[in-house]
Amino acid sequence: MSGGQLSTTLCSERHVRRHPLRLELRGITKRFPGVVANDGVDLTIESGEILGLLGENGAGKTTLMNILYGLYSADEGQVLIDGEEVHFEGPGDAIAAGIGMVHQHFMLVPVFTVTENVVLGNEPTGALGRIDMQEARREVREISSRYGLEVDPDAVIEDLPVGIQQRVEIIKVLFREAEIIVFDEPTAVLTPQEVEEFFEIVRGLKEAGKGIVFITHKLGEMLEIADRICVLRRGKVVGEAIPGEVTPGELAEMMVGRPVELVVEKSPADPGDPVLEVSDLVVTDARNHRAVDGVSFTVRAGEIVGIAGVQGNGQTELVEAITGLVIPLAGHITLNGRDITRATPRERHRLGMSHVPEDRQNDGLVLDFDLTENLVLDSYYQEPYSRGIVMDWDAARDHAEELIRQYDVRTPSVDVLASHLSGGNQQKLIVAREFARDTALIVASQPTRGVDVGSIEYIHRRIVEERDEGSAVLIVSSELDEILALSDRILVMYRGRIVAETTPAETTPAELGLYMAGQVA
Amino acid sequence: MERIAPSHIDWRSVVLVPLLAVFTALVIGALIIVLTEGPDDVVPAYVALFRGAFVGISAISETLTAATPLIIAGLSVALGFRAGLFNIGVEGQMTVGGMAAVFAGFALSGLPLVIHLPLAILAGFIGGAIWGGIPGWLRAQTGAHEVITTIMLNFIAYRLIDYLLKQPAIIREGRFDPISKDVLPSARLPQLLDWITPSLRLHGGFILALLLAWGIWWLLFRSTIGFEFRAVGSNPSAAAYAGMSVTATTVLVMAIAGGLGGLAGANQTLGVLYSVSPGFTSGIGFDAIALALLGRSHPGGVVLAGLLFGALRAGGQVMQVRSGVGIDLITVVQALIIVFIAAPALVRALYRVRAGEGAGQLTRGWSA
Ligand SMILES: Nc1ncnc2c1ncn2[C@@H]1O[C@H](COP(=O)(O)OP(=O)(O)OP(=O)(O)O)[C@@H](O)[C@H]1O
Ligand SMILES: [Mg+2]
Repeated sequence: MSGGQLSTTLCSERHVRRHPLRLELRGITKRFPGVVANDGVDLTIESGEILGLLGENGAGKTTLMNILYGLYSADEGQVLIDGEEVHFEGPGDAIAAGIGMVHQHFMLVPVFTVTENVVLGNEPTGALGRIDMQEARREVREISSRYGLEVDPDAVIEDLPVGIQQRVEIIKVLFREAEIIVFDEPTAVLTPQEVEEFFEIVRGLKEAGKGIVFITHKLGEMLEIADRICVLRRGKVVGEAIPGEVTPGELAEMMVGRPVELVVEKSPADPGDPVLEVSDLVVTDARNHRAVDGVSFTVRAGEIVGIAGVQGNGQTELVEAITGLVIPLAGHITLNGRDITRATPRERHRLGMSHVPEDRQNDGLVLDFDLTENLVLDSYYQEPYSRGIVMDWDAARDHAEELIRQYDVRTPSVDVLASHLSGGNQQKLIVAREFARDTALIVASQPTRGVDVGSIEYIHRRIVEERDEGSAVLIVSSELDEILALSDRILVMYRGRIVAETTPAETTPAELGLYMAGQVA
Repeated sequence: MERIAPSHIDWRSVVLVPLLAVFTALVIGALIIVLTEGPDDVVPAYVALFRGAFVGISAISETLTAATPLIIAGLSVALGFRAGLFNIGVEGQMTVGGMAAVFAGFALSGLPLVIHLPLAILAGFIGGAIWGGIPGWLRAQTGAHEVITTIMLNFIAYRLIDYLLKQPAIIREGRFDPISKDVLPSARLPQLLDWITPSLRLHGGFILALLLAWGIWWLLFRSTIGFEFRAVGSNPSAAAYAGMSVTATTVLVMAIAGGLGGLAGANQTLGVLYSVSPGFTSGIGFDAIALALLGRSHPGGVVLAGLLFGALRAGGQVMQVRSGVGIDLITVVQALIIVFIAAPALVRALYRVRAGEGAGQLTRGWSA
């Protein structure tokens, strides 16, 4: 659409109502070695509105918000609150100025209670500096009832599901009296139900006069919740849109700078021999529950099988057993006819199994290794990357450069640390590594979590190509759209069992939703 | 504590902070001299320290001789750090390795130097490797933390040597105090500078130390094994997902680190002392922890830090004799260096060194 090329000041010129807090970013520029992460960005955030921030992986959204939150200092430009310039030395200053941030990865102490986490670092104290827990609990109750953030103040964090933990993060921000709240990809790990609840909360916050910044890669969510959408591309503001006036396709084009296919083109599958066979598998979790309780299925060559399910219904444990990270209690797994039930992950890798793990930062990458090292993390022991025990870093580097180019990982070079990549580019790095080999079986958990629409298109296309070249593909995703778009066959997991098998043509999202909730139709 | 094992690092934290830490520690050391001895003693003491460490061939020989076991022991600790393991057991590994080397050094006779010396060195390595491998194995099998088990094995090693030095096969003839037989000349590390003056103690162990530093660097950064060590040290979970065996790596790292500790002991017994008696390790295994931190767990850094600590040890002796300021000051200075290294924020605040951006990044989420 034409709005894609509007002037860079647009995002700052609308809604000039007066409200308690008006935050303005003017000409913010932030450079990292080899990249300009933010390039003269102007942005205004008003009380009582939800500003959506949209942009490709590496466009600079997180960096911009980190500047706002005092984690980074801008190389150029100003931050103004109610027209007055402010300088934040660290998040402490930003919090004092009324800015709060809910990071994607929650910063909660798992063994503390909700109340303890909320007051941590900001404890109400009574006589002699004693922490007044009664008072703290009362305030937590007060905040949670005022904004509809239901949570038990005495629950221990590690016992709570992700959606509730996120509420605790929000209460924490509100407890510090934030007027502007930044949410960086808050919905990436939520179930559809949790997303709806989250939206209710955010609308409540808006009603209460808070200013909200919301970052997501899901265009549908963006159009549903935002009052206005600001689009960043390569560090610059490239335009603004109002939901209702744009279609998802137009938004995608504005972001990426070219038309994006939001649905994958694929021919009907032509399944061959069974590659992965799982029979009567039982896997126990850390607490000795039967997380996977007698699961059997087959994935054939040239076929994509999608496992749908609300997170926590045994998918994680199933994948761990298939990839060799845990040994199942009972049952068998075979790969191309070979029993691999007790094989090590390395043996499975040698047999052609690739794995895109669910938690990219903890399991998929070594964050303080560079991109070359990360791209050979599971194949370093093979030629040409090594001979005997001698690494050939030149070969590894050439390989890395090739993959970076193919998968369009946005980075100044292959020598930067993985921790310096944006979230979505980290994901692309893992996908590149796992798809680059000759694979018999690809096991991918949440393969496009946090990835922008342009790259989703690419990753989905690669998955289909892998299938067409004869690989068996197993996708585990809580994203129904993804399951429906990619799968040739769909299995639904509920409470450790497979409760339904269907195909995208035969089912609807509503029906899948029922299966996933255990309400078998 | 800051990350110890990144593969690429910000030069400020690698070079500037250690230098400033050493400088600050020396300044505080001077203040301590002022408080305990008086302001007039600072300059003579530091001059003596400097001369004793660097001025003249004899001073340099002493510095290098003192630095040699520190470097080897420091490599042991550094290797552990890189793999995420905290080897506090270098004292015990030195004790056992030093003992094993001495035993091989006097028990095998009639061999030429080219065979006998390598055998004695190997005995030292194996002794230490066993002493380091045990905690590694315990860690891998049972999860027992290596900090606890290596400390305990230090005590066992001390008592073991007390026991061994009572055995007729080991104790020196005609002696009743605990001291072993002498290492035969064919198992001694050759003197390097005795052609200038016979009293110069520098020996072949120094060259061995440099070779080991290069070897460990190669192992860590040029071999598949080192890649595994670093991956396991940096993110064991991702390493396991990538098919590496975290348990096997743990045992191997501790065995090699222990072997290096053993070599540090053998270096003392084959190069300087030619025998074993209780306490011959003289705290080198503990200094090694400090200098591995100072050297940022990089073999090159360990060599530099080892030279510095060697200079402090050698210079400290001279300072004690010439100026009356006790050698304990050196211990205090070394301890201060550790404090400043372990708490880099202190040094940064003091000298307004900016942290590399992103170093203190809090976001570790999907969207980090
Ligand atoms: N600490 C850092 N050091 C070096 N480069 C960095 C650092 N943080 C971010 N970058 C770079 O800045 C650019 C913008 O990154 P940023 O994380 O802001 O992207 P993003 O828009 O949040 O992307 P995503 O949607 O993938 O989360 C990227 O090219 C990234 O590689
Ligand atoms: Mg981001």
